[in-house]
Amino acid sequence: MTSMEKLDILIVGVGGQGIILSSRIVSLAFVRAGFDVKQSEVHGMAQRGGAVSSHIRASANVYSPLIPDESADFLLSFEKLETLRYLNFVHSGTTVLINDQRIDPPSVAAGKQEYPEDIKARIAKKTKKIDFVPAAAEAFALGNERIVNSILTGVLAAYLPFDKKIWIKTFKETLSPKLLDINLKAFEKGLEFKKNF
Amino acid sequence: MKELMTGNEAIARGAWEAGCGFATAYPGTPSTEITENIARYKEIYAEWAPNEKVAFEAGIGAALGGVRTLVCMKHVGLNVAADPFCTFSYTGTSAGFVLICADDPAMHSSQNEQDNRYYARLAKVPMLEPSNSQEAKDFTALAFELSEKFDTPVMVRVTTRISHSRGIVELGKRKNVKQKPFEPNPPKYVMVPANARVRHKVVVERQKKLAELSETSPINRIEKGKGKIGVVSAGVAYQYAREVFPDAPFLKLGFTHPLPKKLIGKFAKGKEKIYVVEELEPYIEEQIAALGIPVIGKQKLPIIDELNPDIVKAGFIKKRKPNPVEDISALPKRPPNLCPGCPHRGLFTAIKQLKPVIFGDIGCYTLSVLPPLSTHDSCICMGASIGVSYGYSKVGANEIKKSLGVLGDSTFLHSGLTGVLEMAYNKGMNTVIILDNRTTAMTGGQNHPATGFTLKGEETRAVDIPALCKALGVERVFVTSPFKVKETRELVKRELDIKEPSIIISSEPCPLIFRKRSAPFAVDPEKCKECGACLQINCPALTRKGKKAQVVDYLCNGCSVCAQVCKFNAIERVPEKKATAK
Repeated sequence: MTSMEKLDILIVGVGGQGIILSSRIVSLAFVRAGFDVKQSEVHGMAQRGGAVSSHIRASANVYSPLIPDESADFLLSFEKLETLRYLNFVHSGTTVLINDQRIDPPSVAAGKQEYPEDIKARIAKKTKKIDFVPAAAEAFALGNERIVNSILTGVLAAYLPFDKKIWIKTFKETLSPKLLDINLKAFEKGLEFKKNF
Repeated sequence: MKELMTGNEAIARGAWEAGCGFATAYPGTPSTEITENIARYKEIYAEWAPNEKVAFEAGIGAALGGVRTLVCMKHVGLNVAADPFCTFSYTGTSAGFVLICADDPAMHSSQNEQDNRYYARLAKVPMLEPSNSQEAKDFTALAFELSEKFDTPVMVRVTTRISHSRGIVELGKRKNVKQKPFEPNPPKYVMVPANARVRHKVVVERQKKLAELSETSPINRIEKGKGKIGVVSAGVAYQYAREVFPDAPFLKLGFTHPLPKKLIGKFAKGKEKIYVVEELEPYIEEQIAALGIPVIGKQKLPIIDELNPDIVKAGFIKKRKPNPVEDISALPKRPPNLCPGCPHRGLFTAIKQLKPVIFGDIGCYTLSVLPPLSTHDSCICMGASIGVSYGYSKVGANEIKKSLGVLGDSTFLHSGLTGVLEMAYNKGMNTVIILDNRTTAMTGGQNHPATGFTLKGEETRAVDIPALCKALGVERVFVTSPFKVKETRELVKRELDIKEPSIIISSEPCPLIFRKRSAPFAVDPEKCKECGACLQINCPALTRKGKKAQVVDYLCNGCSVCAQVCKFNAIERVPEKKATAK
């Protein structure tokens, strides 16, 4: 477990994957658990398909909403290739959790560039704590591709220092009753993936 | 009660708590969500104005009518509203008037990164700068008090990182504020030269009183610390500086115009060095230097882009070691792109092969500047496409006119009307295309005067854009669907060759906002000749499988543009699945 003094979490992926909702839930869970929290998204003009990252910082007193270089405790990546864009935030103690899903960028789709095949090896140069989670496949198995984000929230939650009750309360506060059940189910699924590095 | 709020949500909450009753704005990143959030409070009348100048003027009227008023805009919006802003400073207000100005350092979604703190000095208007969500709420409420106490509009300046970051906010109750009756006072409100000369003196006197207040205001505070280096900072830069210098003495500024000169002097006394940490221009630094206090700021920090803790650290403490370990510039990028089913893709696909010079504007369509569409030659500011294409065609830069102005419906209504008057009145020869997608798409789909709905969702009059263009004096006005690629191309080609001003309305609703979707298309691999023509339209739903084109069916919106560019009829609509029993 990471020291409780501070937790810096970076959530990254592709626009449209539900990163913003996931970071809102994680941030609010920290608030409900009594932390000071700041959360900030970084994205350009892209609405769908662009690179998106969200910084979440929790401690007794958070100043900068942006995580400094090599300071992330967790990097939760919704897409394999996207992980590589944020290695500057990773250090030897960072836990990198990756949705085992490939979404081709336009240049790859157009056949102009190759999708990197050595993603794990490149991350491993900075940290050994890497886990690929088949969240997209699990979401498909649960019958709803749009709950990948809640599975991944669960994957991350398993490493965070607070009670499941807080998570359930936060999900209830954030989601409409219509969407709650399936997302909580997805969240529970995600919790099961925790690996002991 | 504590809530997690973005700066924009907190500003809306602060206005509500302060008893604000009138809010108006034109959408603009990063300010848009302030007004969207205010619209949720039933006690506040909230609206989208056609542009920032009109919003500002409507705000003046509401404040003179005795209701606390909030007007919100992005930094470049204040350029549009600068005219009323600079003179409203002279007249002062009746009820509290607060201008929220949201700057965009790093240009996340803007055409420049001008530092609007200079506007506060230019107009001699007090300015507050919050550094987190809590302050965004508190300073907005404080701004209303100052506005009424000092009889002045007050500017609250935020940046993208304040507007869009979430932080914890302690909520308060709404203050009950009574509407004040308007007291006619022509010497105060009628800015003919004789009156304005008197009022300018009043403004200068007001500045002196505000400067005294800035000295004692609790939002300008010295935070004691260790060491002989003192740090002066404001806005989000304060948070970065605090992270880098956790134990240093700080002068934390929230009231940044006028600056507290005596307090700065007091803080600097006995310090070996004074660092100023601020984003963009050396606004604070130069004013401190003018006091004769040696100060270090922009010699250590960039004048462009956002700051962050690493940049502040690298500037003042040590150079960054090389990190990341590897070069990520070679990774395949995910540039912004027009959405699947975007009508703009049809339009640019239609006109690309005519090779016109295209003067663009502010909106989603500017994304077509990126390859492979590559169909923009300029983008300056809201509405500029019309005037620029007019001027270009007027000087005959090309033998035949071949120049187009291209802008969206919301941008046209924002500041295109006077441009059309210019081309009609002065016998222009340019053609303007209005991409009418029935919304303000780039900022997330806000209503405007041609949508038929208000911000609060009430039905209202919708302006008829073709009739409006004709009324402005352009006779050749045509409407086309950009999803009819060939037809649209022929229409544009014809108009480019006619030496008269013309307007083509490319009319299809934004599929993202209106959730419009038809049955998807698929590539028949037997018929695909691997020519790659369909990939040139740059649709996110089109990719390759091996060398053959492939449609990603769950992304495909069914717009049919790819099928229209395929010479081999290899792309066909997948018949809708019949609703059969399982």
